[in-house]
Amino acid sequence: MTENGIINISLAILFLPLLGFIVTLLLGKKIKSIYLFEILIISVTLIASIAVAFGKLSYFVDNKIITEIQWFRLSDTISIKLGFLIDNITVLMLFVVSLISALVHYFSIAYMKGDERYNRYFAYLGIFTFSMNGIVLTHNILMMYIFWELVGLSSYLLIGFWFEKKSASDAGKKAFIVNRVGDIGMFAGILILYLTYNTFSFEQIFSSIAAGKLPFNSNFWLTITGILLFMGAIGKSAQFPLHVWLPDAMEGPTPVSALIHAATMVAAGVYLTIRIFGLLTADAMMFVAIIGMLSAFIPATIALTQNDIKKVLAYSTVSQLGYMVMALGVGAYKFAFFHLVTHAFFKACLFLGSGSVIQAMHHEQDIRNMGGLRKKLPLTYATFLISSLAISGIPLTSGFLSKDGILAGTFAFGSLTGYWIFAVVGFLVALLTAFYMFRLIIITFHGEPKDLHKYEHAHESPFVMAMPLTVLAMLSVFIWYTPNPLNADQGWFFNKWINSPTLSAPNETRFNFMKSEEVKEHNSSTTEITYSEVYTEAMHSAHYPAMFLSLFVAVAGMLTAFVFYQWKKVDVEKLANSIKPLYNFSLNKWYIDEFYQKTFVAGTFGLSRVLGWFDFKVIDGIVNGLAELTRKFAFFVGAFDRVVVDGLVNLTAYISGFVGLIFRRIQTGKVQTYLVLVIFSIIILLFLFKA
Amino acid sequence: MLEVGLNHFLVVSTFLFSMGIYGIVTRKNAIMVLMGVELILNAANINFIAFSRYGNFGLQGHLFALFVIVLAAAEAAIALAIVLNIYKTLATVNVDEVDSLKE
Amino acid sequence: MNNFPILSFLTFLPILGMVIVLILPKRQELSIKVTTLVITGLQLVLSIILLMNYNYSAGGINDANSFQFVEKFTWINIPGFSWIGNIKIDYFMGVDGLSTPLVLLTAIVTFIATISSWSIDKSLKGYFAMFLLLDTGMMGVFVALDFFLFYIFWELMLLPMYFLIGIWGGPRREYAAIKFFLYTLFGSIFILLVMIGLYFSSMETLANGSKVFTFNLLELMNPNNYTATGILSPLNPNNLRFIAYIGLFVGFAIKIPMFPFHTWLPDAHVEAPTAISVILAGVLLKMGTYGILRVSYPIFPELTYQLSWFIALFGMINIIYGAFCAMAQKDFKKLIAYSSISHMGYVLLGMSALNTMGISGAVLQMFNHGTITAMLFLIVGVVYDRAHTRDLDAFGGLGKQMPIYTGFVSVAFFAAIGLPGLSGFISEALVFLGGFGSQTTRILAIISTLGILLGAAYMLWTLQRVYLGQLNDKWKELTDLTAREYFMLVPLTLIVIFLGVYPSPMLNLMNASVNHMVKLINDAQVFYSSIHSF
Repeated sequence: MTENGIINISLAILFLPLLGFIVTLLLGKKIKSIYLFEILIISVTLIASIAVAFGKLSYFVDNKIITEIQWFRLSDTISIKLGFLIDNITVLMLFVVSLISALVHYFSIAYMKGDERYNRYFAYLGIFTFSMNGIVLTHNILMMYIFWELVGLSSYLLIGFWFEKKSASDAGKKAFIVNRVGDIGMFAGILILYLTYNTFSFEQIFSSIAAGKLPFNSNFWLTITGILLFMGAIGKSAQFPLHVWLPDAMEGPTPVSALIHAATMVAAGVYLTIRIFGLLTADAMMFVAIIGMLSAFIPATIALTQNDIKKVLAYSTVSQLGYMVMALGVGAYKFAFFHLVTHAFFKACLFLGSGSVIQAMHHEQDIRNMGGLRKKLPLTYATFLISSLAISGIPLTSGFLSKDGILAGTFAFGSLTGYWIFAVVGFLVALLTAFYMFRLIIITFHGEPKDLHKYEHAHESPFVMAMPLTVLAMLSVFIWYTPNPLNADQGWFFNKWINSPTLSAPNETRFNFMKSEEVKEHNSSTTEITYSEVYTEAMHSAHYPAMFLSLFVAVAGMLTAFVFYQWKKVDVEKLANSIKPLYNFSLNKWYIDEFYQKTFVAGTFGLSRVLGWFDFKVIDGIVNGLAELTRKFAFFVGAFDRVVVDGLVNLTAYISGFVGLIFRRIQTGKVQTYLVLVIFSIIILLFLFKA
Repeated sequence: MLEVGLNHFLVVSTFLFSMGIYGIVTRKNAIMVLMGVELILNAANINFIAFSRYGNFGLQGHLFALFVIVLAAAEAAIALAIVLNIYKTLATVNVDEVDSLKE
Repeated sequence: MNNFPILSFLTFLPILGMVIVLILPKRQELSIKVTTLVITGLQLVLSIILLMNYNYSAGGINDANSFQFVEKFTWINIPGFSWIGNIKIDYFMGVDGLSTPLVLLTAIVTFIATISSWSIDKSLKGYFAMFLLLDTGMMGVFVALDFFLFYIFWELMLLPMYFLIGIWGGPRREYAAIKFFLYTLFGSIFILLVMIGLYFSSMETLANGSKVFTFNLLELMNPNNYTATGILSPLNPNNLRFIAYIGLFVGFAIKIPMFPFHTWLPDAHVEAPTAISVILAGVLLKMGTYGILRVSYPIFPELTYQLSWFIALFGMINIIYGAFCAMAQKDFKKLIAYSSISHMGYVLLGMSALNTMGISGAVLQMFNHGTITAMLFLIVGVVYDRAHTRDLDAFGGLGKQMPIYTGFVSVAFFAAIGLPGLSGFISEALVFLGGFGSQTTRILAIISTLGILLGAAYMLWTLQRVYLGQLNDKWKELTDLTAREYFMLVPLTLIVIFLGVYPSPMLNLMNASVNHMVKLINDAQVFYSSIHSF
């Protein structure tokens, strides 16, 4: 396989789903079974992405394949380009996206059966896959922003797919607008980058930074640029404080939640941060880490008390994304991406599993009405359990490997810089995660059914739904990533596929452990050692303590859940009542939504109403007032004109008329009389002038 | 033998002219007024011819007389048409009664 | 082809059409409509022919030789008229990269507005006669290169617009029509004054070497033509150029419309019939910004340079203020009108940057806003024709009842929001890149990005209120698009998508001129600072 081959297949991967979208959307009304075309397209895309991944990882594992074309130009110096950057992360991501997308397509065949906009649903999935692949493939930040917005669009369309429901259309709108808040920051970052480097291409930007060119010639602005770009990730990956849209996004069809709002789109923020990792300074990384930490912690506490099966999973998604972001912030770059991949599989599995449950329970989402489903839905239960073990970080699962890596990273970061808070919160969240996941499993699948009627009618899902669950559950096992179930370091995933990032931020702005040093090698050529060697060292030493600790907290969390809900050793209600304020605080999601509603939303509406009033009353009032004033003045002038000016004219006319009245007597109107007068006059004149 | 001179012609034309004026001034019938006008025109014609014959003006007088005759004919035709129309609309040819323009 | 007076045909073809329409008997309604359609169609064909013969490398702006399709001859020439000297007015037309996109836009929008006018049923003959006259006025403004001619077309377009709103409009049509007319006329007075001032400040050298005062825009742009004592001549130490610039700017700004001169727009839009709203927003508003670029910028480059911050400031106010006001509206059409104000702010912001990206973005935004907002008004028209109300709160769930229509609505709305892949994004991105690239306008550009957010907010809220949610039983009878409505919406949709994916054709059209303009303004600083120490 040649580079061109890879590029061509990547083009196909990008544009096939677009074709699927267009065809399915336009013919959706006419041909009832056109969705099969979209299914075919996504299957081909999946095969193509496997081919690309295979080709890239076997033949060009150390190369970056970059290709670009001119999109448009404005002058000789300003030319905007589009292009691909295909490295190992790209092809792995393409594979993950295509695979989960394909599985979700298959799952949806049964899940969405009977929906009146069945074909349109598949069309939307098509445009989502297109835009997501665009984000993954792009070689420049502008194109990333373009596809970034397009995934926002498909997310909007799919969240609001059942737009007859007000809550669904509200959620779609909220998602789009909240995302835009982050996007503004990202866009500002792009503006700074373009102004400084006159290009959007990641590679060129990084090489310019490495060559010492900085925005506004200051390290400070480099930090700001990094943070601004990261704001895009805050929005898209639902990080605190913009995480509020994701739980609401659960209004969309459940397979969509699995695809977009758990596995792929929300991971785009992490992907962006991975792409810009090279320009992040220590301060920017600190910011990233803090945001990640808060996003891991806050939603985890909220997930403890939620009763909607999808809401629990949504908060858990935010929490896990927080993990990834925190991992990037503390420098555990590889593990962030690793967790992105493993999380994509097990979280998609969890969501599809919840879809299976919801389907079986006739669109019941409240776990308090479930229970005992283990017997009715054995396959769903099994896959759900495996994924839950993975997310909780139990050995032999993929989640254990990636999560352990992140925790070790925070550990190493603590030991290298002294900021232990991330490690502490990381382990705490691991505890909470294990607890709420098993709370969910126990209430849903164990115990006695609460709603017997629905329980009786529940039945296992058909093959097209069971197959994706099985595939995803299988992918949640360690063996795909590394032969050693306790340590991922020796696996192909790490050793060969994921390279350490090239850091380009100036040396003095980096964390100490990330500073590059030039070392003389024995053959006297100098080579740079990057942070990863120092850091990997620290991570190695942190590996076993972190592993045991994380295993301990995971098991502790699980056991607590069993104690609370399975064996009922503790009266949960009583406990909740005894810490009522805390419980309510968590149940009401820290009142963040209410806070935004009361401040930003109300403020915007208030301001708009004030300005609308101002415009109507004041600005237009001035215009109308001026018009009125002019009219008043005109009225006065008119009166003056009528009385004085016209009065004089009329007076003249009146006088003339009066005189005329006297003389008109002579005018008889009879020609003969005039003639007589004429003749007499002539005779008189003759006499007068006869001399 | 009394030589017929300029004065004789002038007397005749004066007579004709006076009759014309009298007719125009006194008659109420439009046709009669028109006839007065014709008389005046003919009086003028006689004068033209007379002066042409006895004066030293060449043939201009003849020429004018011919013009006047043609004009008179045209004028009579138009005037009679007007009178006819007036009769049609107002059922009278009395000039005193044709006063629609009077207020 | 070379000698074919294509611009005159473009401009005066509608007048011919008007004559035909006036000759046709009143009852021949179909022939009247078809005549108008054929004429505007011909105009569209001509403008496409113009585009095909266009030389992409010619700059124009102030260089008479690189204008294309030029038609120039002396129109009014009164030699030696007392102390004024020789009065000479040229019939001077030509296009460059600034005007060609707008000529194209005018042709497209007018053609589509004609289709949209099919439903007019009140005194058709008068309507279409006025419509065609309006067409001439608009086209003339974009091709005229003599200030006097420009001004004539500028005023010519007012009158038919007044009648079109005043006779065929909604319930408060008289108020709206008079407000529109007087407001615009108020602006025209400034333009007229500046025009006369410029006339007496600049002398053109004729072929025979004699010097005469001139209305020729290109001669006015040449700093060497200024007289020593002219009232608007920079050589005169007591010149009034600053005041003239402000006056001229206000004259054009009223048309844009720029805050705080914008309140005629919502009223005019609300009352105007759909087709006229389409033209008003699609073409007329562009005249303001076009006028600034065509007249103010090259004739007063030094003041443009000094005042660019203020232009950007007003652009920013337009963007944000317009968006907030749009959010507060309850009338669908009024909302779209305020969104126009907001979007025209991008044009102002872009042109204030005085760099290639900003001005390219501004000109592109003019074109894109023309097509997008035309779509938006057509969309309002579609729903108003059926429901006879524009109250946003009265709707809901139309997406279920009229799915295809809602599809078009989504394209238009998302284009207005600036979604990538649709044309609005490219121009907005260029405007921001340009605005941020200029040191003067940097902060204002950053604040203006808030407009992206607010735009999304009010547009999506509207989408939700009208098209999403439960269908109101009242609207169970509404039918989806008719064939005629397809004809209006499909071409615009295609343009919006095409230019969103591949903007090159439009950008190549304007590149040479935009770069020339940027160069002109930058070069001019040297000249003007040599005269005065600013």
